[in-house]
Amino acid sequence: MPAGAAHRSVRARLGGVGGDRRAERLLGALAVATLVLIAAMAVTVFIKAWPSFQANGLSWFGSGGNVDAQLRAMDEGMPLPGHSALYIRAWPLIWGTIITTIPAVLIALAVSTLAAIFLTEFAPDAVRRTLDPVIRLLAGVPSVVYGLIGILALAPLIENHLISEAQRTSVHFVVQLEGADLMLAIVILAVMITPIMVALIAAALASVPSAWKEGSAALGVNRWRTIVRVSLRTARPAIVAATVLATGRALGEAIMLSMVSGSRGFLANPLDGITFLYEPVRPLAATIAQESGGLTIGPMAHTLYAFAAVLLVSAALLSFAGWAAKQSLKRYGIRA
Amino acid sequence: MMAAEELAPAPAGLQVMRPGRESTASWPLIDRAGYWLCWAAGIALCLIALAIVVFMFVKGISYLRPNLLVQSPAPSIQENQAGGFFDPIVGTLILTAIGIVIAAPIGVALAAWLSEYGRPAGLARAVESAVEIIAGVPSVVLAIFGLLIFSQSFLGFLSENAADGAVTGQSFITAGAIMALLALPLIVGAAREGLTQVPDRMREASYALGKTRATTIRRVLLPAIRPNIAGGVVLGMGRIVGDTAIVIILLGLTATKTEPVGSVPVFNVLRGTGSTLTSYVYYNSPAGEGNAHEKAYAAAFVLLMIVLALNFAVTRITGGRKKANGGGRLLLRRLRPGWSK
Repeated sequence: MPAGAAHRSVRARLGGVGGDRRAERLLGALAVATLVLIAAMAVTVFIKAWPSFQANGLSWFGSGGNVDAQLRAMDEGMPLPGHSALYIRAWPLIWGTIITTIPAVLIALAVSTLAAIFLTEFAPDAVRRTLDPVIRLLAGVPSVVYGLIGILALAPLIENHLISEAQRTSVHFVVQLEGADLMLAIVILAVMITPIMVALIAAALASVPSAWKEGSAALGVNRWRTIVRVSLRTARPAIVAATVLATGRALGEAIMLSMVSGSRGFLANPLDGITFLYEPVRPLAATIAQESGGLTIGPMAHTLYAFAAVLLVSAALLSFAGWAAKQSLKRYGIRA
Repeated sequence: MMAAEELAPAPAGLQVMRPGRESTASWPLIDRAGYWLCWAAGIALCLIALAIVVFMFVKGISYLRPNLLVQSPAPSIQENQAGGFFDPIVGTLILTAIGIVIAAPIGVALAAWLSEYGRPAGLARAVESAVEIIAGVPSVVLAIFGLLIFSQSFLGFLSENAADGAVTGQSFITAGAIMALLALPLIVGAAREGLTQVPDRMREASYALGKTRATTIRRVLLPAIRPNIAGGVVLGMGRIVGDTAIVIILLGLTATKTEPVGSVPVFNVLRGTGSTLTSYVYYNSPAGEGNAHEKAYAAAFVLLMIVLALNFAVTRITGGRKKANGGGRLLLRRLRPGWSK
C-alpha cells in the first residue's frame, strides 16, 4: 500500500480530508440558504404588509363596516368615501378563521384520539389493516376534492333539508342562508385534519413502553383505565403537538374553505343559536386565495400580504408551541 | 402498534386466569362506553373514506369520457364544447416533475447535513426548526411569497411577462420552485428517519476502511436509505399534485398552456402559465368561473386516482420494508450486496 493512501486514511479518521471538508461546507451552505430563505420570507412579507398595518393602526384587527365592501373598493381602485385606499377592518375574517379552526380542531381531537386508541389497542388485525390505508387515503385527498364534494353534494343537502324557513327569515335582513356555511366548513375541515392527528397520536401511543402498561395491568387495572391513565397520559405531549400541527393546517386551509364557507365577510353570531351554524363566514387564507387576482393592485396587495403576515405569525407560534410540547416527551426518552 | 401486539397475549399470569382476550363485560359502564366510542370512531373514519371514494367513483365513471382525457380545454360557454382536460393533466405532470427535481436533491442534502455533520449545533437546530416552519406555513402564504420574489425584475426571465414589460412572476418554473418548498419537509423528514435507522457500525466500518464522511454518505448511507428517500419523494409528489393555492396564484387560472413568444421551445412552455388538474377542478366548480360541474367531477376523479396510485406506491415502498424490518435487520440484508462491491 502506498504511503500516501495510509496517510489519507489516518486523516480521514480525524475527519480532515480536503474533499470531505468541501462537502461539509457545501451542505452547510445549503442549510444556511434554507435559513436565509425563511428569514427572507418573513421579512419580505412583513415589508409588503406594513403599509396596511400602518394605515389602519391597531384597528386593523378590529371590526367595522363591511369587510367585503372594503376589499371590493380596493379591487376596483375606488376608496370608500371618507377612508384611505388601505382602509380595512379585518376582524370578520379573523373571526372566520377562529370560528372554523377551533371547533374543527376540537372535533378532530376527540375523534382522532379515540381512533388512535382503537388503532393501537382494540382493532383486530384485519380491521387495522383496512384502517391504515383508509387514514392515508383521507390524508391524501386533495383539498379541492373535499371542497368540490362539499359545495356540490353537501351544501345543497344542507340548504334543502336542514335550514328551516323560520331560520331563513330570522336573519334574512342581515344575511342570506345558503348551503355553504360555517357548519359545512367545520365538518369538512375536521375530516381533513383528523387523519394526520390519528397518525401522530397512534405513533405516540405505540411508543409507550409496554412494560408500563403491563405494570398497570398487573395491578388489576382494566385495559381501558390503563390506556387512559398510562398510555394517554404518557402520550399527552404528542397529542398536544398533533393538535398544534392540525391547527396550523386548519388555519392555512384556503381552497376548500373558499369553496364551502360561503365566502361572505359576515360576523357569524353564536347568539343566533342553531342558525349560527348555517351562517356564512370568510376565513383569512380563503380570502387571500379568492382575491389573489388583485395582487397587482397596490392597496389590495398590501392588504393581502398583511393577511399572510398574520397567518405567518400564527404558523410560527404554532410551530414553536409544538416544539415546546414535544420537549416534555423527550423526558421519558420517547421519540414520537 | 408494535406495543399493542405485544400487549395482547401478555401478561402470562392474566392469561391463565382469563383465557383469550380480556372481556369488556367486567368493565364499569363508563369504560365500556369509551371502548365502544373507539370502535365508533374507527368505523366512522372507514365510512367517510368509503363514502368519498364511492361518491367520486360514481360521479367519475358517469361523467368521464375518454375524449376528455385527450382534448385541450377550449374557451366556450357551452359545456359540451369546452373541451377536455388534457392540458391540466400535462400541467400536473410538469409541475410535479419540476417540484421534485428541485426538492429531492436539496432535501436529501439537508437531511445528510443535519444527521451526519450538524455542526455547529446551534445552526443545525435553527435549520431543523426552519424546515419545520416551512412545513407549517400555509401553502397560500408560500404562494404569495413566491409571487413577491419572482415578480422582481431580475428574475423576469423565469416567467412570462405582460405586454407592458411588467414581470408577472407566474410560470411553471416559479410555481414548481414554490411547490418544491411544499415537498421539502417531507423529503427531509423521510431521509433523516432513514439515516437514524442506519446503525452506527455501518459508518464506523466505512471509516475503518479509510473512507471519508462524504464518501460514506454517498456510497454507504444514501444507498441504504434509498427506500426512505423514495417514500418521501412520493409523499411530496402527493402534496404537489393535490395543492391548489400555489397553482392558482403562481400558474394563473388559465385553462390551457400558454407559451410566451420566444425561441427555446421547452423552456418557453416552462416559462408560460398553465393549469393543473386541481386548478381545473377549482375553475369548473361553483367557486370558479368555468362552472362546469360534470367536468369538475371527472377531473376530480382523475386527480383522486392519481392520489390513490401515489398512496399505493408509498405503501409498497415503505410498508413492505416495515413488515420485514424487525429492528433494522432487513436494512442490513439490503446493505450487504453494497458491501461486497
